[in-house]
Amino acid sequence: MEAALAILIGLFFAISIYLLMSRQIVRVLLGIAILSNAVNLLIFASGRLLRGVPPVIPEAYQVPQETIANPLPQALILTAIVISFSLFAFLLVLAFRAYQELGTDDTNEMRVAEPTGETAPPQGY
Amino acid sequence: MAAPDSAVAVDYAQAMRMDPVLPGDWLLVAPLLITLLGGALCLMARKNTQSQPKIAIIFLVLLVLACGGLLARVLDKGVITLVAGGWLPPFGIAFTVDALGATLAFTSSIVALAAAVYGISDVDHSGRRYGFYPFLLLLLTGVCGAFLTGDIFNLYVWFEVLLISSFGLLILGNERAQLDGAVKYAILNIIATTLFLIATGLLYGIVGTLNMADIAIKVRAVEADGPLMTVAVLYFMAFAMKAAAFPVNFWLPASYHTPRIVIAAVFAGLLTKVGVYALLRIFGIILPDARLALDDLIAVVAIATMLTGVLGALAQTDVRRLLGYLVISGIGSMLAGLAIGTTPALSGAIFYAVHSILVMTALYMAAGMMRALGGSYSLRELGGLYRASPAFAGVFLMLGFAVAGLPPFSGFWPKVILVDAALVGGHGWIAAAILLTGLLTTIAVGRVWIYAFWRGGPEGTADGQMTALAAPAPGTVGANVWLPLGLLLGLVVLIGLQPEFMMQISGRGGAGLSDATGYLRSVFGDTVQ
Repeated sequence: MEAALAILIGLFFAISIYLLMSRQIVRVLLGIAILSNAVNLLIFASGRLLRGVPPVIPEAYQVPQETIANPLPQALILTAIVISFSLFAFLLVLAFRAYQELGTDDTNEMRVAEPTGETAPPQGY
Repeated sequence: MAAPDSAVAVDYAQAMRMDPVLPGDWLLVAPLLITLLGGALCLMARKNTQSQPKIAIIFLVLLVLACGGLLARVLDKGVITLVAGGWLPPFGIAFTVDALGATLAFTSSIVALAAAVYGISDVDHSGRRYGFYPFLLLLLTGVCGAFLTGDIFNLYVWFEVLLISSFGLLILGNERAQLDGAVKYAILNIIATTLFLIATGLLYGIVGTLNMADIAIKVRAVEADGPLMTVAVLYFMAFAMKAAAFPVNFWLPASYHTPRIVIAAVFAGLLTKVGVYALLRIFGIILPDARLALDDLIAVVAIATMLTGVLGALAQTDVRRLLGYLVISGIGSMLAGLAIGTTPALSGAIFYAVHSILVMTALYMAAGMMRALGGSYSLRELGGLYRASPAFAGVFLMLGFAVAGLPPFSGFWPKVILVDAALVGGHGWIAAAILLTGLLTTIAVGRVWIYAFWRGGPEGTADGQMTALAAPAPGTVGANVWLPLGLLLGLVVLIGLQPEFMMQISGRGGAGLSDATGYLRSVFGDTVQ
């Protein structure tokens, strides 16, 4: 189970890095979405993977009687999902507004903040 | 329902802190409560743009007092830890503050207060309507949280808090250049925090804990090579991107000159230093062995950052972009302290971080003043500002000397400490790079001063023909611009003339990074070796 999950995570990372290297903002955004999912799976796998053992302690006991699932990675993933969702939503709006204003989604053509062919600063005094 | 008799008797004393929290220790979470509450109130006063600055300034004064009190308490009592619900780590989430975190939080709060005062005139009605003051306060929540937390996943959360606030500030104004800069800033910073999260996930897989002190103890039992080195390199990559170290620094000059000048000033002062702080914390306390293995790499990155930063500054015409490159160059000096790694070198890096927070913010504010007086940010179009305001020309020259590391200003002492530590530690190249960077920085700021202040008019006008100048009428600058600038300049001069206090607290911070015993004992009690 771990091996299959590890291969899946590796695949996710490979796809996301390929997309992140693109010049199109939309592809970069897709890369970020896949990257955050890859990280969530990575955190999930870094706890232990167990089937059918909920992280619940029976009422009569104060410590678990058998091996239980690790609830902490799931709490971390939940936090990470909320954060990456909100940031991704912001990025989508930002990319759309940039496309509206700049008329392109090619990062090489986005040169408003750093125009090409800038002249050198004044040399002599 | 009665508890069955078979219940195992659990001794909570081992898992919980039973003695009540000392009243002074609540100062540890006060910065977060103050900024969150202030931000919420500013948000409620969204339509009442007149009252927003007042609310923000009141809460930021409270923040300065709280952070100052916290610093005094840390200097008095040593490292302080507060755990959620009294549950001891690794169960409870810890806030742990040492001299390093308290010093940086205090400096950040002063800078934020200065920015809030400066913003009275720099941020107009629509800027306030779209949330300058709430974003500023929430940015400070993230910055202070990052400096004060003792839990590595919480550090990630605070990074995201300050990141989303900085996005909001960066695009305030909605101009074309801002959208362009913000796209690059946002994507690269999100990738950096994702790398941070990857490293944290892997580290959790290796040691099974997230508390920084607990990790520091448990990694001693793990082989230092292999997976742990992967984690260390990922952390270095992530925080180097945050701190804008070479070669992952190009988002900074692409974005920092686009927002309103007061926002650029806050960013230049605070955001990159949070990355440096995280590097110091990770490689000082949590993974000290990895730092030893990586110190050559860090040294190369530090030297490259210093030199490319200042050479980039020399090639700029726009004053704001020039300052952006000087921010990068300063990051290199702090990384140099981390690369050398001895206690004095780490103290020098902390001292440099405090100096850089103050002086870079002040320089951006001064750039805003140059624009107000001369009508432009371009060195080609500026000129004759000395005649417009001799006092301001002096202020700018002092700040320029400070950033270049010339005595008697605040930049001199950390550079002395760093060069001395580099020579003692046998890192001659780092010492040479620091000195060369100082020389080139002097040339860069000296050129700004000559072009913008000293010569008679803009490019094309002969000297002495100031009267025939077709420049825009010099604007006036009010007290709410002079006041924060004067405050920051006063601190820069004070630290330069009386460095003993800063030497003392940065020395405490550096010693705390070299020997983590105090940090660990604060979290786990006196049993820690």
